[in-house]
Amino acid sequence: MTDLLHLSAAETAAAIARGETSAVEVTRAALERIEKVDESVHAFLHVAPDAALADARAVDERKAAGEPLGPLAGVPLALKDVFTARGMPTTCGSRILDGWYPPYDATVVAKLRAAGVITVGKANMDEFAMGSSTENSAYGPSRNPWDLTRIPGGSSGGSAAAVAAFETPLALGTDTGGSIRQPAAVCGLVGVKPTYGGVSRYGLVAFSSSLDQAGPLARTVNDAALLHAAIAGHDPMDSTSVEAAVPDVVGAARIADVTGLRIGVVKELTGPGFAPGVVARFSEAVDMLAALGADVVEVSCPHFEYALAAYYLIAPSECSSNLARFDAMRFGLRVGDAVGASGGEADAPGAEEVMSRTRGAGFGAEVKRRIILGTYALSSGYYDAYYGQAQKVRTLIGRDFAAAYETCDVLVSPTTPTVAFPLGERVDDPVAMYLTDLATIPSNLAGGPAMSLPAGLSDGLPVGFQIMAPAFADDRLYRVGAALEAALDVRRGHPLLDEAPVL
Amino acid sequence: MTVLADLPTYDEALAVYEPVIGLETHVELGTESKMFCGCPTAFGAEPNTQVCPVCLGLPGALPVVNEAAIRYTVMIGLALNCTIVPWSRFARKNYFYPDMPKDFQISQYDEPLCVNGWLDVDVDGQTHRVGITRVHMEEDTGKSLHVGGSTGRIQGATHSLVDYNRAGIPLVEIVTEPDVRSPEVARAYVEELRELCRALGISDVRMEQGSLRCDANVSLRRRPATPDGPENPFGTRTETKNLNSLRSVERAVRYEISRQASRLSAGERIVQETRHFDEGAGVTSAGRSKEEATDYRYFPEPDLAPVALSREFVEAVRATLPESPAQRRTRLTGDYGYTLTDIANLRGAGVLDLVEQTVTAGATPEAARKWWLNELARRASDAEIPPSQLAVTPADVARVATLIAAGELTDALARKVIDGVLAGEGGPDAVIEARGLKVVSDTGALDAAADAAIAGAPAIAEKVRGGKVAAVGPLVGAVMKAMKGQADAGAVRALLLEKLGVS
Repeated sequence: MTDLLHLSAAETAAAIARGETSAVEVTRAALERIEKVDESVHAFLHVAPDAALADARAVDERKAAGEPLGPLAGVPLALKDVFTARGMPTTCGSRILDGWYPPYDATVVAKLRAAGVITVGKANMDEFAMGSSTENSAYGPSRNPWDLTRIPGGSSGGSAAAVAAFETPLALGTDTGGSIRQPAAVCGLVGVKPTYGGVSRYGLVAFSSSLDQAGPLARTVNDAALLHAAIAGHDPMDSTSVEAAVPDVVGAARIADVTGLRIGVVKELTGPGFAPGVVARFSEAVDMLAALGADVVEVSCPHFEYALAAYYLIAPSECSSNLARFDAMRFGLRVGDAVGASGGEADAPGAEEVMSRTRGAGFGAEVKRRIILGTYALSSGYYDAYYGQAQKVRTLIGRDFAAAYETCDVLVSPTTPTVAFPLGERVDDPVAMYLTDLATIPSNLAGGPAMSLPAGLSDGLPVGFQIMAPAFADDRLYRVGAALEAALDVRRGHPLLDEAPVL
Repeated sequence: MTVLADLPTYDEALAVYEPVIGLETHVELGTESKMFCGCPTAFGAEPNTQVCPVCLGLPGALPVVNEAAIRYTVMIGLALNCTIVPWSRFARKNYFYPDMPKDFQISQYDEPLCVNGWLDVDVDGQTHRVGITRVHMEEDTGKSLHVGGSTGRIQGATHSLVDYNRAGIPLVEIVTEPDVRSPEVARAYVEELRELCRALGISDVRMEQGSLRCDANVSLRRRPATPDGPENPFGTRTETKNLNSLRSVERAVRYEISRQASRLSAGERIVQETRHFDEGAGVTSAGRSKEEATDYRYFPEPDLAPVALSREFVEAVRATLPESPAQRRTRLTGDYGYTLTDIANLRGAGVLDLVEQTVTAGATPEAARKWWLNELARRASDAEIPPSQLAVTPADVARVATLIAAGELTDALARKVIDGVLAGEGGPDAVIEARGLKVVSDTGALDAAADAAIAGAPAIAEKVRGGKVAAVGPLVGAVMKAMKGQADAGAVRALLLEKLGVS
């Protein structure tokens, strides 16, 4: 049965479509694998065997009835616990939502259901997507399948761990400052942040509204393209989703040709702070692209050095407002709502007191830190100096990208400065943790799409290679990514994940 | 609450100080659905039955702007002679309150949709131009119900219930310049604004239901030392919140003028604060002071795109604007010969539209005014329904008025015709036919009845012949009785006098 789980998502769906296996059989295999390894990996916060098997049976019935199935029908998926889905709890990795069952499906969840994708459960994450290691989850960290003592990245660390541990071939994550690409990088996966506005945010519990974007995690570029295509498109329920045609990412992954493409290496994203092993794998990959026929040039994006600082004003500012609604009044945790000391209602705490107690007890340290940062940055008298300045930096970063894309079709960099670090190493040093996202944040600020794919190993751990493209040119990521993936697999003789320890 | 005793008389206050008044008015828009979701807006539904994930602020839900609300706001802006800006944005106003589902209100801050307009207000034959600073859109909050206390206020309550049906209903806020100088003009402004919104059809503007509510900013400054001396700077203002009738607007402003004059005369300072008006006691009392006011941490709403209206759209809306109340007054005084008082009375009785329709259907303006203002307004009031719901149409009234003018009905007969129409017996002609109500102009029958009356009362006939014309009444009565009321009393009188030789 384990063999089923080593198939790609595309192969799995094809095998189901050909009748070589069934959606139920594949789903059972995934559930058994989760049963076997998730105690040590802890990718999942919630597993929904009954719902998953029911969905799988529905796919098999559709096949039996002769209905056409989509290219991902019957493929199991791990859903980051930041999306609402009926019938499952949504916690966002936080105590404050403990036990909350949303009454509606996120738009991407509805699209997955329509595509016949089987959601087997909710994946662990840093609380409200704030973090780079899943160590900020209120329910304990996930572990990196390459080395269980190390972080799987974050905030979509549970999603990445599930795919890297062969629990599911696909996962859905969200990326606000690198939260798909960084876990993909440190777990040896393909992860994509689509263009902002390309995928609906309706039902994605907001961390930072102007930066959040949902996207795929997979083991191959083609699988990522199929999932990307399944979730993308305009949604009338999300005013920031764009009414543009979805780029043909699946077609681009099939082209897999970089001949004549102009590839820019971002000078500011390769220097000091990047581990030598990471830089070595990155340089080899760049050389390989040149050998495949791409024109490689170096470009400068001088304002990228301010990206991290701007991000840590904009994201906390928006989160301080987005997370205000967790106030114990309508859903989730409620603390301190007892009758008063006399046992009567008269001295029961007021609403403000209950809000305060609940937020004190329900949010973790990092979430509180960011709410306080954001509240301060938006305060009267400080707004211009902090939020206003950060927005200006954002504009300048957008201009850096625009200038670079005048001479380049895509930009490239290492995804993260280092490989996966040990659990606990940076929990007491927020700034060191924040630096993990140095190379990924500029794309969130400017809105363009970006992909991370595995470039090889350093000290036995995966190194991520980042490709960035102009807004709405998501297809270029797949064209370049598929070409590089193919060349690396040929040189290596097998996919990188084959080198991961067997769990 | 005995402060009233210390107050200088209102006239004394006005002799020394000039009131400076600005008004902020909230108008609930009469759109079918809410500002940012599809929930219905009908007033009076069971609590929490007109709600969805969006207006409940559930995690993951996103707002989408109601286009009708934008169009209505543009209508108000244009009717108030404002500039409609080509680019405006929503902003979040952040504060915690149980009836605010998201713990922020989507409003507009420094980029409102309409700016720099004016509204002319007539008081006692004088026109006052009130500058409009801005018109902006926002969403309403839910409604808290405090249970267990004696007053329905939060003090003393054991618990509170929240109804979110109102949460997300579209509001516009209309802010004036500090141009108003008297309580009478303040009241007239709100009344004129109410009539304007009603004429535009964008709100039912029911102050008692809260669909129009007003906050009054009042300050005093010393009058110039000499009549042409320089004006003094504005004093410190107070804001009296949630005035829910025209009378309250006038009374609260008047009270604040007296109260502030008393403080200033005693050498005290005015505290900048919000105040509440107690309708029963007729006094304002202190609420929140500016020192403890919330910092709302406004920032641009990242979930919504900016509102960028084309000139074409704005001009198309302008082309659909109905006649304003001011334009209507000009027309009715000109074409109908009405006085401003006539118009105010007709408007007050709720029959102005009906009168115009009656004139259009063929009645003279004077007859239409008389019938609706006297007879029909009284009938409606007896039936406790608005005049527009009477079972008599403007066309019916016009028909009756035409018959009176032609001498075919008397006023008395006409009232019987109206009785019949109201009783559902059909249109005027059908009622006249069925009830046999036409004036009898058969001179033979009248002659005979007159002769009989004279013969039946020789003493009275003699008095009249002797010159006591006023004594003819009983004879007229006898003829009318013989004719069963279906004669014109004036004609009968003339006939009798002629027969008695005194015409």
